[in-house]
Amino acid sequence: MLNSGEVNTQEIVKIYQARIDAIDPKINAYITKTDTISDPNNSRSDEEQPLAGIPCAVKDIFCTEGVLTTCGSKMLENFIPPYDATVVKNLKDGGMTLLGKTNMDEFAMGSSNETSFFGEVKNPWDIKRTPGGSSGGSAAAVAAGLAPIALGTDTGGSIRQPAAFTGITGLKPTYGRCSRYGMIAFASSLDQAGILSITAEDAAMFLELMAGFDPYDSTSSPEEVPQYTKHLDNDLSGKTVGLPKEFFDGSIDANYQNLVSNCLEVYKKLGVEFKEISLPNIKYSVPTYYVVAPAECSSNLARFDGIRFGHRSNKTDDLDEFYKSNRQEGFGQEVKRRIITGTYVLSAGYYDAYYLKAQKVRQLINQDFVTAFKTVDAIMGPTTQTSAFKLGEKIDDPVSMYMNDIYTISANLSGLPAISHPIGFADSLPFGMQIISPHFHEHQLLNFTHKYQLETDWHLQEPDIINEVKK
Amino acid sequence: MSWDTVIGLEIHVQLSTKSKIFSGASTGYGAEQNTNTSLVDLGYPGVLPVLNKEAVMMAIKFGLAIDAKIANRSIFARKNYFYPDLPKGYQISQYELPIVAAGSLVIRLDDGTEKRIGVTRAHLEEDAGKSIHDKFDNETAIDLNRAGTPLLEIVSEPELSSAKEASLYMQKMHQLVRYLKISDGNMQEGSFRCDANVSLKPKGDKKLGTRAEIKNINSFRFVENAINYEIERQKELLEEGKEVIQETRLYDSNLDETRSMRNKEEANDYRYFPDPDLLPISIDADLIEAIAITLPEKLEEKVDRYINQLAIKKEDAYEITRSIDLIDYFEDALKAYNGQPQHLANWLLSEIMAISNKENIPVKDLSVTPKSLAQLIERIDDGTISTTIAKNLLQQLKDGALEVDHLIEQQGLKQISDKDEIKLVVREVLTEHQDQKNQYLAGKKQVLGFLIGQVMQKTRGTANPRLVNELMVEELSK
Repeated sequence: MLNSGEVNTQEIVKIYQARIDAIDPKINAYITKTDTISDPNNSRSDEEQPLAGIPCAVKDIFCTEGVLTTCGSKMLENFIPPYDATVVKNLKDGGMTLLGKTNMDEFAMGSSNETSFFGEVKNPWDIKRTPGGSSGGSAAAVAAGLAPIALGTDTGGSIRQPAAFTGITGLKPTYGRCSRYGMIAFASSLDQAGILSITAEDAAMFLELMAGFDPYDSTSSPEEVPQYTKHLDNDLSGKTVGLPKEFFDGSIDANYQNLVSNCLEVYKKLGVEFKEISLPNIKYSVPTYYVVAPAECSSNLARFDGIRFGHRSNKTDDLDEFYKSNRQEGFGQEVKRRIITGTYVLSAGYYDAYYLKAQKVRQLINQDFVTAFKTVDAIMGPTTQTSAFKLGEKIDDPVSMYMNDIYTISANLSGLPAISHPIGFADSLPFGMQIISPHFHEHQLLNFTHKYQLETDWHLQEPDIINEVKK
Repeated sequence: MSWDTVIGLEIHVQLSTKSKIFSGASTGYGAEQNTNTSLVDLGYPGVLPVLNKEAVMMAIKFGLAIDAKIANRSIFARKNYFYPDLPKGYQISQYELPIVAAGSLVIRLDDGTEKRIGVTRAHLEEDAGKSIHDKFDNETAIDLNRAGTPLLEIVSEPELSSAKEASLYMQKMHQLVRYLKISDGNMQEGSFRCDANVSLKPKGDKKLGTRAEIKNINSFRFVENAINYEIERQKELLEEGKEVIQETRLYDSNLDETRSMRNKEEANDYRYFPDPDLLPISIDADLIEAIAITLPEKLEEKVDRYINQLAIKKEDAYEITRSIDLIDYFEDALKAYNGQPQHLANWLLSEIMAISNKENIPVKDLSVTPKSLAQLIERIDDGTISTTIAKNLLQQLKDGALEVDHLIEQQGLKQISDKDEIKLVVREVLTEHQDQKNQYLAGKKQVLGFLIGQVMQKTRGTANPRLVNELMVEELSK
């Protein structure tokens, strides 16, 4: 429609804005809606701007120039950055229009979007359920038709798990593939920007523009960015996929197991061969992650002390008290829990037993993948153990909440790219399959998913909430 | 009881890079508060540090100059603590794998003996901002211009055994970083400051005593005074059978004493861990080689060369190499000079230093250029002018005159060494001063000085004094 000139950018944006106004009060996917439709000084042709006319929702963890960026926290409820995160800038340069900033777990710490200072996000498939987290706002927005595509971040599964819970496609690229500059840091060695979209094709188009070396991020990779869209239709026959026995240990219910088997059948028809593999150290992923991530976050969040950034308490008698009050009042429960854990594992006398040991285990997990990728092209398994759980179900049980990321965390610990795509429904709730590839093999993840999506229509299913409003 | 003093110094050197160590902001001193700052220095949410390679090169240069080991892999660590002038809540520093390790520096004691002091390590880090407590009532102001300025922290072994040695070591280090041109060494602006760890132990004991750390000393005199005060304080405690507390102390130069800042109980646990935002620095042999080529001659080698090749007196060689300004001046002058280098050294250390001290202008900023000094001395060497005339000309150069030869020409100062010409003047003087001549001939030899003075006056000092003397005596004895 865009290319044929039937509609223009402004009209598309208006359509989405109308949907947001109608549906979002039920979902709470957006923290901030942006009215600015496009840059009036933008006079470049559509060829120079492959995303011209495409609006996008951006997780509220990415700094956006002149637009409130809260990171889901009271700490930053009035923070308006003077600059754009590199990935946002890259997409704006490609013609992307910002629809708004999406809700998220506070500082991306959470798996249910319930830790947000701005209220929980609801799953469009069942508003009593979580959309997952931490990129829950982005996932819900795409699933409910409130944005065609959205940016998220993934530190332990924060793109893939919500994508699985909301029946959409979620891509976490290789660590270093996209710049972290302007992404408010949670765990610097694990954080990675990625995409939540309906199709792999959309994700490919976006990633091409987002990715690449950034002189402002020393950990971004100089590895050349391939044309992902050109790899989408590659033939899958002869590809070998590893099925880790640790991901197929019978711990998921039979109805989910059926969805997984059906999915594997589709891939088999596409010529993919399967092979059982083992990732023996993967069982240490969750505990390892919950040492490394809190350690890094305890330091990354130190700048929110109320002196230059963050909530400022009225109690200002004494410097130490001032810090304590600012942080006590400004941070939520889960963030405090992780800061305390992180501070503990880095403390004198505990560093070797926790932080150093976790780094060593991380090496072992990484080695498991290196070994596996000698014999297989990719690894598959369910993204999560269950479909979306009920809001309030796990919020008071941190360990059970942390186990949500059991299948997704290892990719972050090893810096590997991974994708989740929908593979059907159990009890009317979507379920997802995860594919993990070697470093910088995003093209392969998108290729697999695209071929699957040509054979199936799970990704095109819409929740009723969209039609309710259409009526 | 007698005691051994054990001192180790941690010197913080501000590196003279143009921009900060992790951002593109300027390191210039004296700008309006909070203007030399980028989003990175201000610790904005989402920003990341990017290492300034120039700082790494300078650290390597320093390491090579003290014969240290340069790490082929070095990492940055975060030092976590809360303070209002530390915007990120952590300082990026180095903990494990510092860039420079195991070097040494030779100091020369007053009795002329040399002592080698071990340098444990030198690491890169960023400076914090400045808290200003005295500008507003009941409020502290923060200036973040200094935040992110590159520092090299140089940690010595506890091998200094007196306040004097500590001061000599600090001076030698100061001289070195300026000589390497990696720091301006400006101590008033805080570009060069040190912390001193001081402890005492019974003479000959192996086991070290409890130490106190004196923070932020920014002068050679203060380091000596502070340590001496600290030695006396600890000695008094120990001799009374009391214990020295491990603590941080501050030196008050007005009262000439140290006092407690905070003790160990309040000490921070800095929770160092490798900074995940920065990749490890890898330094290969090629880079080290490339930097080694740019190193200037070692100061020790320079002293040797002055003494053995240039035949300069030992003390003068040490004196010149004590100051980078003097080295530069001397070597620039030497390039323009054909003669005995000692002659140049004499003038530099006496006349030039005298002008510099009297006018309170650093040698490098004097209007007497090394080249004009060289020219001036050459004119003495070749007999064109006398030493007296030369000193007179030096004053004119000091006041802004430029060309020595031009001055000589213009003012007719060229020395008269023609015997016949001088003889004419001598005879003229003797004719005019018959009385004095007679006195001399009657045995009053001291009149000779008066008569020679008359000749010098008539020739406006240009007559060769040796010839005047010789010819006067000759004429009088006729």
